[in-house]
Amino acid sequence: MAKLAEPPARAPQPLEPTAELLRELVAHLRQNRTQLREEWARRITEAKLLTAMSKDEIFAEATAVYDNYVEALESGTFEALQAYARNLSERIIPRGVETHEVIGIVLLLRDVLARSLFAKYQTDFALLNRILDAYEPAANRIANTVAVGFVQERERVIREQQEAIRILSTPVLQVRERLLILPIIGVIDPQRARQLTEQLLRGIRANRAKVVVIDITGVPVMDATVANHLVQTVEAARLLGATVIITGLSPEIAQTLVTIGVDLGKMNTVGDLQGGIEEAERALGYKIVLMSEAGTPPPSPA
Amino acid sequence: MQVPILKQGLFLIATIQSALSDADLLQLRDAIVEQVGKRRSRGVIIDVTALDVMDSFATRTLRDISQMIRLRGAETVIVGIQPEVALALVQLGLNLADVDTALDLEEGLAFLGQKIKSFDHKAPNAGREMGTRER
Repeated sequence: MAKLAEPPARAPQPLEPTAELLRELVAHLRQNRTQLREEWARRITEAKLLTAMSKDEIFAEATAVYDNYVEALESGTFEALQAYARNLSERIIPRGVETHEVIGIVLLLRDVLARSLFAKYQTDFALLNRILDAYEPAANRIANTVAVGFVQERERVIREQQEAIRILSTPVLQVRERLLILPIIGVIDPQRARQLTEQLLRGIRANRAKVVVIDITGVPVMDATVANHLVQTVEAARLLGATVIITGLSPEIAQTLVTIGVDLGKMNTVGDLQGGIEEAERALGYKIVLMSEAGTPPPSPA
Repeated sequence: MQVPILKQGLFLIATIQSALSDADLLQLRDAIVEQVGKRRSRGVIIDVTALDVMDSFATRTLRDISQMIRLRGAETVIVGIQPEVALALVQLGLNLADVDTALDLEEGLAFLGQKIKSFDHKAPNAGREMGTRER
């Protein structure tokens, strides 16, 4: 341990401390603010990034990012930049800006600034090296912060939307005493299938349902896992004393199910939702009669 | 612990009140199969509302009971399977396919009532005999 802690043996050089270099760097960036920022905005447009935004918007954002960038370099703290990155993400995600674009522009800024450093210190290679030593870690960390901020914001949005879909996606509705319908819209993944089943079984219990119509008109595709889950759902519902009628199997799904050999023998299937409900009503002992046929005059419209 | 078996009209009702050991289950099986003949019952209701778990042995025993009682000339219906239990059973592939089930005791009684009515309808002699005895 003691050995490792010893200072390096090579002759000490009159090195400016990193903070000093960074200060010099920041001064340089402040001085050339207008020119560098324009250069950056030009390169963003050239690279066809942020196409969802207008030129003026790009320039305005570029200015804000630039100032935040320089400030983060100067202060060495990233909180302000992080907050700005989050705020920026919130604004641009709904407009369809992609992750690669955000990372792209931050890397472009890093390149533009590095180029300007090369241009300034090209005569003194040693100094340039030291400046870059100070600049690169800070710049990389900034790029990292912005990219992570953007991705996190995106994930937050996605999580919120998933939650919203999850809540919306599984209504169990009673259409008649002891008759439930469960319309399924959209792709069923295993997690959703499980949730559907649980909700249905709970619904059967709560409503004392005898017949359940599961309508899958809105389901575009179904794989073997989900099909098997459906079979299990039907069986579980039967254990609770309810009969399940499946309606709206599309030709594609019918073909898939037959091809992959899912055992559908136990399932009641009816062409469409209307047919399914009629079938269910028959099973419950209802008979729908037109008022005219039953001898009662239809009520006159008020 | 023992499961009480109550007579209700033409039916027997066995209400399981807590988790049963394998020995208890076998005892229940023997008792029901014996009583169904002794009391001339037409149907048996086994109420499992209180069970939070059903293992493979319980499932198999219930299936056995159902088949034995059919051989003794009566019908069985299992009532009150909890949603979680139902899900677990089908996920574990435990087969109750040839066993009749109903939501609760009331449903079970209605189900058995229907079943013996249609049976008596098909065999009018049996129905008449039943009628005389009931009077």
